[in-house]
Amino acid sequence: MSVNIHIEHLVKKFQDVEALKDISFDVEKGSLFGIIGPDGAGKTTLFRILTSLILADEGKVMVDGIDVVKDYKKLRQIIGYMPGRFSLYMDLTVEENLNFYARIFHTSLSENYDLIKDIYEQIEPFKNRRAGDLSGGMKQKLALSCALIHKPKLLVLDEPTTGVDAVSRKEFWELLKKMQQRGITILVSTPYMDEAALCDRVSLMQTGNLLSVNTPQQIVNNFLGNLLAVKTNNMYTLLSDLERFDGADRVYRFGESIHLVSQRPIDEVKQSLRDFLSIKAYQKIEIENKQPVIEDCFLALMEKTGTL
Amino acid sequence: MWAFIKKEFLHIFRDPRTMVILFGLPLAQVLLFGFAITNDINNAHIAILDHSKDVVTREITRKLLSSHYFLLNRYLKSDADIKPAFRKGEVKEVLVFERDFARKLQKEGVAKVQILLDATEPNTANILDAYTRGIINTYVLQRMKQSAAIPISIGVQNKMLYNPQLKSVYMFVPGVITVLLMLVSAMMTSISITREKELGTMEALLASPVKPGHIIIGKVVPYVVLSFINLISILLLSVFVFGMPIQGSIGLLLAESLLFLTMALALGILISTVSKTQQQAMLLSMFALMLPTILLSGFIFPVENMPVVLQYLSDIMPSRWFIIILKNIMLKGVGITYFWKETLIIFSMALLFIGLSIKKFSVRLEE
Repeated sequence: MSVNIHIEHLVKKFQDVEALKDISFDVEKGSLFGIIGPDGAGKTTLFRILTSLILADEGKVMVDGIDVVKDYKKLRQIIGYMPGRFSLYMDLTVEENLNFYARIFHTSLSENYDLIKDIYEQIEPFKNRRAGDLSGGMKQKLALSCALIHKPKLLVLDEPTTGVDAVSRKEFWELLKKMQQRGITILVSTPYMDEAALCDRVSLMQTGNLLSVNTPQQIVNNFLGNLLAVKTNNMYTLLSDLERFDGADRVYRFGESIHLVSQRPIDEVKQSLRDFLSIKAYQKIEIENKQPVIEDCFLALMEKTGTL
Repeated sequence: MWAFIKKEFLHIFRDPRTMVILFGLPLAQVLLFGFAITNDINNAHIAILDHSKDVVTREITRKLLSSHYFLLNRYLKSDADIKPAFRKGEVKEVLVFERDFARKLQKEGVAKVQILLDATEPNTANILDAYTRGIINTYVLQRMKQSAAIPISIGVQNKMLYNPQLKSVYMFVPGVITVLLMLVSAMMTSISITREKELGTMEALLASPVKPGHIIIGKVVPYVVLSFINLISILLLSVFVFGMPIQGSIGLLLAESLLFLTMALALGILISTVSKTQQQAMLLSMFALMLPTILLSGFIFPVENMPVVLQYLSDIMPSRWFIIILKNIMLKGVGITYFWKETLIIFSMALLFIGLSIKKFSVRLEE
């Protein structure tokens, strides 16, 4: 029952801004595909074209062989779309919202209860509360239930976890995994790079370009160079000093430490770095080897395209 | 589709502001127009400067004051009192009888009475003038008949048809009905559709298989029902509170109202397709619909008195034709044969707006 997506040479311009610059990629049947990118990367535009809400200037999108422009009516039967902005009725209760969406898809809550059971159980205690009074995480779960109520074959989620607390984000992704196991193809966008590791395949999107579509593992494997995490007693001036260090390709803040990428042999870099920092009178110098995570890879990719 | 209608009703009932606009406003308007805003003249304060103080002037004064139009403010003593009385705004009219009024009338057949009027309100001044003249003339005619002084006389008999007491409520009620149907239908639908756009719920709706026609019907039906309830409460108010008659068929009245409603709703949808925010929709309805409906439809100002350009503009106001229809049914009690032309105009406007809004209603998001 799941579907694939085929996107070919998609271009979209808004006046003089190029929101999408020649984008092509494929999403396999039943996979959880993530698009990671900062605000303004073009994620929402891409999703709106895919859900037939706006028209592309060039290129084409096929969902399970359905052309999203010509056969938009057919497409709208099989997709569940959750827009980036909360799009339920704030003045209706949880239950009324669900029933409304069930009715416009000519189905009912009980008919598809098994599919949304896991999610609905979490929001059921609040079923008589108005949607506007729910917390951010609850709102998103309700929106997900509404997007799922008609058993879509493809679920398109535009930044579902933005503005949601860490615990709810985790729960939300667990729900997505469950939906995937039921055979629904899922396309999700997020500005949080740590969520990329939870997808089957991810792609990084930036200013209308799609950078490297791959599995999270493969993206990490493709990381070039050695990664070091540096900590000292004085973190304030460390970043600007490290930028002047010869062996550094890239230096950036990462959590509590500063990450440094170098193409030179690891031991040699470590030694010269320690000397360099000592001369600058830093104390408590800690230099560690690090396995790159997906964020490191994305930062590298973004820098390579010269846009960061 | 039922889901839609139900949802729309829930929206309306849960928003106190919408409820006020829907039900509070119409009733307030009818009462306002009925009681406060009226051209009828009752109890206009007048002063009298009587230089003669004889039988005739007293008789005329008595006749004037016994009509409910005039209320004696006071008698003035000299010409010098006239100006201050007007300046203070105490009186609207001063009546001056010349010296030896009765004697002159008796001897010379001519006596003079002067009517001074405060024309800061021209309409009121005109009406007061006419009333005063009328009363004086009646008195003179009666007197002449008694003395059989004139050989021939032409008796002018006037009869005000359809509104014998010249009540302005009769004029306002059709206007108010029109304005309210327009306001509730067009403005509320246009706002409710743009609200979905503004809140982003339209995005989710469009991505679902629901047909645009269903969205529109779902939006429109609740407002048709509510407008109808409104219409009936206005009619009840005007009949039982203001004594407004409904001479013609009520069925026809409701049918014509339904047609006008349809037209207004289609116009509302059309407005919603061109506006992006609720505010924009509201302003558009206000300026494009409300003001012209009130000012150009002949509701307050007679169309015939307007400059030609405005008369043409008034021709394209659907409310103008609806007011004619309403007056015909309510006051004259005539049937469709007398206003099929107006009906046809509204009908074709409705068709035009429905066609346009279906054409303009986008199945996609606007950018």
